[in-house]
Amino acid sequence: MAYDQMTGAKIVIQALIDQGVTDVFGYPGGAILPVYDELFQQNHVRHILVRQEGGAVHAAEGYARSTGKVGVVVVTSGPGATNAVTGIADALMDSVPLVILCGQVPTHLIGNDAFQECDTTGVTRPVTKHNYLVKSTDQLARTIHEAFYVARSGRPGPVLIDLPKDVQFGTGPYLPPTDVVHKTYRPKTRGDRQQIEQAVAMIAEAKRPIFYCGGGVINSGTRACDLLTEFVRMTGYPITLTLMGLGAYPASDRQFLGMVGMHGTYEANLTMHGCDTMIAIGSRFDDRVTGRINAFAPDALKIHVDIDPSSVNKNVMVDLGIIGDVADVLEQMIEVWKARGYQSDKRALDTWWKQIDHWRGRNSLAFLQSSEVIKPQYAIQRLYELTKGRDDVYITTEVGQHQMWAAQHFKFEKPLHWMTSGGLGTMGYGLPAAMGVQLAHPGALVVDIAGEASIMMNIQELSTLSQYRLPVKVFILNNEYMGMVRQWQELLHGGRYSETYMSSLPDFVKLADAYGAVGLRAEKVDQLDDVIKEMISVNRTVIADIRVDKAENCFPMIPSGAAHNEMLLGPADQAEQPISEDGMVLV
Amino acid sequence: MPLDSTDLGRRKVATMPEPVRQETHTIAVLVDNEPGVLARVIGLFSGRGYNIESLTVAETDPEGKVSRITIVTTGTPMIIEQIKAQLGRLVPVHTVSDLTVDGPSVTREMALVKVAGTGEKRVEALRIADIFRARVVDSTNESFVFEIVGQTSKLNAFIGLMQPLGLVDLARTGVVAISRGAQGL
Repeated sequence: MAYDQMTGAKIVIQALIDQGVTDVFGYPGGAILPVYDELFQQNHVRHILVRQEGGAVHAAEGYARSTGKVGVVVVTSGPGATNAVTGIADALMDSVPLVILCGQVPTHLIGNDAFQECDTTGVTRPVTKHNYLVKSTDQLARTIHEAFYVARSGRPGPVLIDLPKDVQFGTGPYLPPTDVVHKTYRPKTRGDRQQIEQAVAMIAEAKRPIFYCGGGVINSGTRACDLLTEFVRMTGYPITLTLMGLGAYPASDRQFLGMVGMHGTYEANLTMHGCDTMIAIGSRFDDRVTGRINAFAPDALKIHVDIDPSSVNKNVMVDLGIIGDVADVLEQMIEVWKARGYQSDKRALDTWWKQIDHWRGRNSLAFLQSSEVIKPQYAIQRLYELTKGRDDVYITTEVGQHQMWAAQHFKFEKPLHWMTSGGLGTMGYGLPAAMGVQLAHPGALVVDIAGEASIMMNIQELSTLSQYRLPVKVFILNNEYMGMVRQWQELLHGGRYSETYMSSLPDFVKLADAYGAVGLRAEKVDQLDDVIKEMISVNRTVIADIRVDKAENCFPMIPSGAAHNEMLLGPADQAEQPISEDGMVLV
Repeated sequence: MPLDSTDLGRRKVATMPEPVRQETHTIAVLVDNEPGVLARVIGLFSGRGYNIESLTVAETDPEGKVSRITIVTTGTPMIIEQIKAQLGRLVPVHTVSDLTVDGPSVTREMALVKVAGTGEKRVEALRIADIFRARVVDSTNESFVFEIVGQTSKLNAFIGLMQPLGLVDLARTGVVAISRGAQGL
């Protein structure tokens, strides 16, 4: 069959349309001009012009994570590509499916240190799932379709395509997606039958079980989340979620113990520590979760389900590793559980729950409420309470204390409503991510819970929000400190607050005004509810500058180098337990 | 603060001690012969702090554009498992085979060894080369270039013996390996 011949730039647009892409985020430049010319001449793909390429990638991440679709970014060569690198690395760490189309100098100039040339495939090789340099227009359509396939299959991730300008101008055949099959890449999705049988038998025998689930469940899709909820309820076992996994299981459910890890709840961490069977699903035993490895869940038989074989036995040796897609494996597990008529051990489980409820009784997320100054935790609790009724609330965050407080105090009932930079920990993620979320969900309430330091990192995107009239709410917990760094300096460095005070901050209310947004401020507890209500009711971009307690620290906390049962519950514990030298060197 | 006691009986008697045993493995990897594929493999090793003791690469299927990379690496069993998993998830990688554990295999390496000298040393070098079945592939009045093929240990022994006899230059291919028996990769 003869394929239609088109220019490279046209092939790019046609391929995007055929991949179901409706929105792309980008910034034009010399080496990507032909693609921009084609974008101009069509009405299928909408382009969102950001203010810096880093914003485009985070926006695409927010878009992808709130829809489950592949996010698309278009940038130019050289600085366009290098500005995108942080976002690409972020997407790799958090397994976000992206395709980044990147201009490049013409092929005959590659390697000549041409204007705005950069070895983009070289620079991005370690931070992409895969990348391509397209050397001929003949290969272009195939490459783009392959890139989408690779980005969304298996463990999702960012895929970059470097497009030399002559390839965009040249002519080549257009292959539809159905005619492109990847030569080798076929991730395994069904779990091994025997291993599933073995796993379910282990699960049924457990006396002190816990489900420990992560972002992989959400990446697998809403079906995976439903199946997880079904299986967890069927067993009656407790479940904890990682930062990335929040929303995979309803937070209001009694079996949910809250988040696990460094700033997780007391009950989640002690249940992890004391369990005899750990069922890890789509989680990756990150150092923020495990604490000190040799004291991590010492008595537990560990079962690990993940689509990425390299996640199994990476940090923690497990007793049974199952490679497969979470949804498929859970379906298989439920089948076996039912077919074999397994029952959980009611007596052991009762004792276990009694113990867990005792831990829960410590109420580790409690804080000292004040009648004057706004506690940051309280601000998030109020935001949650005042938005609880709606099912279209999407939360993004920046990185730091506010992020952990949001994770602790905002309750997520559903997946795809919580967007945060977990693996890379990118300050400046939240605002552009919220932009992408709002674009994908026009009528929804999208709130970027931010800190005053993080928000400054991509503040220029307020201009984008204004241009596209995206009514994102920026909820700044302003304590005038890089709070998390300051907390660590307090804990580890004798309270020497080296460069963590944020002086010369802008007046956020005036700043909002300058960008055509609405600026609000709350300084006292009794102003908080009014500000939140107004923020929600205004159908425009809002910056709410919430002046919070400057000295508040984020607890509970497992100090680095400590085990799950060595948590600090509050400032009093902190004074008692000096951090070990081994712990100090860890991040 | 101590963990509140739960005397519910331990299901696992002892936790696995962290394995510290270092093992050397020979891994064969079939990859698409496309630009950047070697950089991906090498970048994986340097980026994740794995060792490369030897690495060889050449196209083995020109029609299918497939190359075979043979890597000799050392690490704890957990690291070796990680290396294989990480290699396996590179998109252009077809197959990863650990020849050290997947059954018996043959490994070979070639070296070109230049020895310069005259008189008794020169005769001695030739005599040892004969014992090792090394071939002379170049000769002048005061030098030889020997070609020697065998396992790494044999090459090391030969090179060690040539050292005092006037070894001036050395080129080694690195290890190639293949499994014994009728099965292909």
